[in-house]
Amino acid sequence: MSVLIDNKTKIIVQGFTGKMGTFHAEEMIKYGSNIVGGVTPGKGGTKHLNLPVFNTVKDAVKHTGATASILFVPPAFAADSAMESADAGIKICVAIVDGIPSHDMIRIKRYMRRYTKSSKMTLVGPNCAGIISPGKSMLGIMPGHIYKEGRVGIISRSGTLGYEAAQQLKNLDIGISTSVGIGGDPINGSSFRDIIEKFETDEETDAVLMIGEIGGPQEVAAGEFAKVNMKKPVIAYIAGLTAPKGRVMGHAGAIVSAYGESAIEKVEILKECGITISKNPSVMGDTVSSVLKKINK
Amino acid sequence: MDIHEYQAKKILSNFGVTIPRGGIVYSPENAENKAREIGGSKWVVKAQIHSGARGKAGGIIVCETPLEVAQATDKLLGKKLVTNQTGPQGKIVNRIYIEEATEIEKELYLGLVFDRSSESIMVVASTEGGMSVEEISKEKPETIIRSKIEVAVGMQNFQARELAFGLGIEPDLIRRASDTIIGCYKAFSELDATMVEVNPLVISKQKQILALDCKMSFDNNAMFRRSQVSELRDKTQEDSKEIFASDRGLNYVSLDGDIGNIINGAGLAMASMDMIKLAGGSPANFLDVGGGATPEKIVKAFKLITMDEKVKVILVNIFAGINRCDWVAEGIVEALKKIEIKVPLIIRLAGTNVEKGNKILKDSKVNYIEANTLEDAANKAVAALTK
Repeated sequence: MSVLIDNKTKIIVQGFTGKMGTFHAEEMIKYGSNIVGGVTPGKGGTKHLNLPVFNTVKDAVKHTGATASILFVPPAFAADSAMESADAGIKICVAIVDGIPSHDMIRIKRYMRRYTKSSKMTLVGPNCAGIISPGKSMLGIMPGHIYKEGRVGIISRSGTLGYEAAQQLKNLDIGISTSVGIGGDPINGSSFRDIIEKFETDEETDAVLMIGEIGGPQEVAAGEFAKVNMKKPVIAYIAGLTAPKGRVMGHAGAIVSAYGESAIEKVEILKECGITISKNPSVMGDTVSSVLKKINK
Repeated sequence: MDIHEYQAKKILSNFGVTIPRGGIVYSPENAENKAREIGGSKWVVKAQIHSGARGKAGGIIVCETPLEVAQATDKLLGKKLVTNQTGPQGKIVNRIYIEEATEIEKELYLGLVFDRSSESIMVVASTEGGMSVEEISKEKPETIIRSKIEVAVGMQNFQARELAFGLGIEPDLIRRASDTIIGCYKAFSELDATMVEVNPLVISKQKQILALDCKMSFDNNAMFRRSQVSELRDKTQEDSKEIFASDRGLNYVSLDGDIGNIINGAGLAMASMDMIKLAGGSPANFLDVGGGATPEKIVKAFKLITMDEKVKVILVNIFAGINRCDWVAEGIVEALKKIEIKVPLIIRLAGTNVEKGNKILKDSKVNYIEANTLEDAANKAVAALTK
């Protein structure tokens, strides 16, 4: 199976009846995602897009058997919604929303420590494009048609730069097993390392493209993990060679504040970990292609 | 969001941190009166700008009479201070903080930040106060002590005590020092701060523990619930183009080069800047109009870029997903009916309905150069520059 989601995954939408929730639920349904309902407190018992609406995530899980959720709630309420889905037994939750306070993200992650590894929800995001397993399911806001079905895994902090990579791969007739957008915030639900580990054990993935950027320790942590634990090849591009130190570059997490967080330093460290570097963002597809040719010899 | 030293001091004093007596003034006359009101025989006149290293830039003056205080205030007010953190354009001094001088016995360093690896709050302390934390970690790394705080339960007394003893503070003052450290922690965690730095934290000859200088930064994403903090924003300390951008929901950072950028998504924006650099050019800005790239945002982005006199070429790079290239192209055409562009314009569209989008641009009256890939766009931008 693919990583995190497939065509059987039952999905609920939190913030279902809002403008964003409605628009993207329709897009996901069009793509073929198995959306089984949604949650909007106070609107339980009604129907929206011909699907049932519930007051609580627990109700939704009980009546639909959903195991996945996607959040379209305003940033001020996002932490509460994420914790609600964790407690209701949701296995994978994607938070699209941009603007969740960092203190709230820390709170969510501490809250989730109460669950054992097997019952713990995987949170992806916030401030991300979501997850897509091409041809199977989309749990996100990306344009599904640019993703060709195939055997390369993508992990990206940025949404549009992830699209750029998917398009480059498609132009080279290379497909994707799953693409995961982990988001641009300083503290996020899943790190590069968390997702890269899932790709290593996925039978439908041959190689992983990691699209990182300046700021934070996560690319390096994933590189160190890959060096010791991964047999599959990893290709990486790090954005932000020209970014000035100490400035936030759009993403709240894209700020160089310590050694090893600039693009040049990350590239050096990743090279030492045996990772193939895409020299610039225009050759992400070509770099993956040449690595695939080597392993398929 | 950053705030001034005097504002950070006021906040910390509300959390039980002791600060020297002082007051804010906006004119030399007030400064003289303020000095008399504070009392004593020695004062420090401190320029309030959003930057450290003010001392080396001449922004901090020690005075021995109220008249000197007035003169020093007169000298600093309205001046642009250039420090190693402000960039060459410097920052304007509109507020002066007058403070009683402290007789210092020992200078310490205390800082609190988010630790992204452990996803906790990290307290960093050192006996080498007065130096920047970068200097300390380079020159005296052995003096640095750290304590990771579990946010779910908050900072415990023993953790503060360990830090205080680690700093070599004498037993009689340990309690006071612990209270100071915990006060800083509480300010950090209760106000959605991202950084609190007290440097130096001093022990005075009178055995007081005082925050002599401090800096605080806050999480912009949390300002919706921190109205008292967001009121402290001082726009005179920010780049005017960056204020224009943030008021209009654009992510913008002003840079030194001459190729203006309009891009959707922060990662793609950084990647496009990298391509410009690799093509031999230099970006004038980072500008992310948001993943959706709505026509409204594109109009605002063109307005912002044309405000920048450095810009000799404009590069637009939009990867349209659900928003579709044809819709984005219509937005660009509409925007350029309202705004006149006098420099070469390179447009690269990619993603959904790219052919339709390019056709709309071609059929319009927009004078532009079409590009297909990231690399193509960067090369054409640099080439347009040298023409």
